[in-house]
Amino acid sequence: MTTIATKSMATHAKERRTRFDSKALLALPGLLFMTVAFAVPVILLIIESFAGPQGPTLDGYRKVLADNYYVGIIWNSIKLALITTIATLLIGYPAAFALARARGVLQVVLFALIFLPLTVSIIVKTFGISIMMGRGGIINWLLINLGFIERPMRLVFTEFNLYFGMINVFLPFMILPLYSSMRMLDTRLADAAASLGAGPLYAFTRVTLPLTMPGVIAGVSLVFSITVASYVTPSLLIGDRFMTMSQVMAKAYLNIRDFQLGASMAVVMLVIASIIVVAASYLARAPKEGR
Amino acid sequence: MARVGMIFCWAMLTLVLIFLFAPIVIVVAVSFSPSTIFSFPPDGFSWRWYSAILSNEPLLTSVWLSAQVAFLATCASLTLGTLCAIAVVRGLVPAGKAIATFMASPLMLPGLVLGIAFLQAARGAGLRDAYTTLLIAHVVITMPFVMRTVLASLAHFDFAMVDAARTLGYSYPRALWKVLVPNILPGFVSGALFAFIASFDNYPVSIFLVDVRTKTLPIQLLNQLEMSPDPTVAAASALLILGTVVALIICDRLVGLRRMASI
Repeated sequence: MTTIATKSMATHAKERRTRFDSKALLALPGLLFMTVAFAVPVILLIIESFAGPQGPTLDGYRKVLADNYYVGIIWNSIKLALITTIATLLIGYPAAFALARARGVLQVVLFALIFLPLTVSIIVKTFGISIMMGRGGIINWLLINLGFIERPMRLVFTEFNLYFGMINVFLPFMILPLYSSMRMLDTRLADAAASLGAGPLYAFTRVTLPLTMPGVIAGVSLVFSITVASYVTPSLLIGDRFMTMSQVMAKAYLNIRDFQLGASMAVVMLVIASIIVVAASYLARAPKEGR
Repeated sequence: MARVGMIFCWAMLTLVLIFLFAPIVIVVAVSFSPSTIFSFPPDGFSWRWYSAILSNEPLLTSVWLSAQVAFLATCASLTLGTLCAIAVVRGLVPAGKAIATFMASPLMLPGLVLGIAFLQAARGAGLRDAYTTLLIAHVVITMPFVMRTVLASLAHFDFAMVDAARTLGYSYPRALWKVLVPNILPGFVSGALFAFIASFDNYPVSIFLVDVRTKTLPIQLLNQLEMSPDPTVAAASALLILGTVVALIICDRLVGLRRMASI
């Protein structure tokens, strides 16, 4: 779809460059609005992170990147994003594989079932998870009835609760890109590998996995860049016991009013998220150039 | 051996679906519980928390506010976004691709960063009215959804039809409204639906812009959870889920879910 759009954009651009068309003004209101309401505030935020009482300063960054407390928080966010990404990949890969192999009505229904949780508010889901984790909740009920524990244990505001919730909320973001790369996969290739004597593991690592790699890269970069910046889910599920970059930012602006701290943290977060996205798009392009 | 692998994949998919739906099902189950304590398994059935919503003034006010903001923001971004998308697809403006990326880029930024940026800019500009600030911010939030779907639909639209309508006597705006809009309606509907949901559900941007009297629904729900966590919140959530499912079904009838998800 995008390639068609780009192509028609390019040809039209060539035709029209010669004379100015007053219809070009159609783009103006939207562009102007987004410049004033979106680009300017973001640029001001970046400037704020360098602003000191006496001219430009790096104090905000010195604080965020040299203070062990804040470095620990940055590491917390990265750890949270890494664990969530790896877990959703390991769980999502086989599930997406089955989804892509389903046929007909079943596939439509299964797809809708994976898609629906995405449209349910994060607050609703997180609320459901904290009910599940309560002393009288289903998780404690399961653990007792399966014989793992004797009395209900405290699960709310624990790291177990946090990771359970993060995986629950962000799993569909991993499955959908994986699914779209697996849908294109020709199953006969794995069969061909098997008929040529490859074991299932060998066929998987040499045929299936490389062919679905674009989906893996897309899913990993999407989930990582969202989770490293996630705010609602961690603050609801664990709160101040596990500080993340977003919680520092929110506190800096809403409570302690240290705007430079908040702005510097925001820029650090933007940089981390962009590195992942840029690295992913580089990785996704690399194999094609080699061919 | 490959069979064992496939069975494993199907088992994982089943577990994933149970896992994904567990919190949603639990919220719905709790909304029908007769007592104030959340327990599993539930010990009865009642509608009392649904009737409690009707007497919960702050909750109703926040629903009305969120609906207004989401509706107005979606209308604004549909208008601004579609006009811009037409100029980009027709190649009327230089660097069309860059413009399209720019218009869709708020989706790439963490919501919290956007929220802080809006808060700071609004303070700098002396804008104190929470409603106006929320509305402007939500137009920015909804813009990427509109841009993506409308650009994709326009790529398949034959602009010769607009020219034909103009030779037959329509003015340019009238030709767009009568010929272009009906043709790209599915794209409009799915873009608008996503935009509406994104605005209605937004927490990380709104949290910085609301004040005591102007609270959107997600903020009000969260406040209520912190203050007095009774199943009224669950009942409200269940209604939200119901609303989303109905909207998705309507959208599926109009465009098809799969096409919508691949925007």
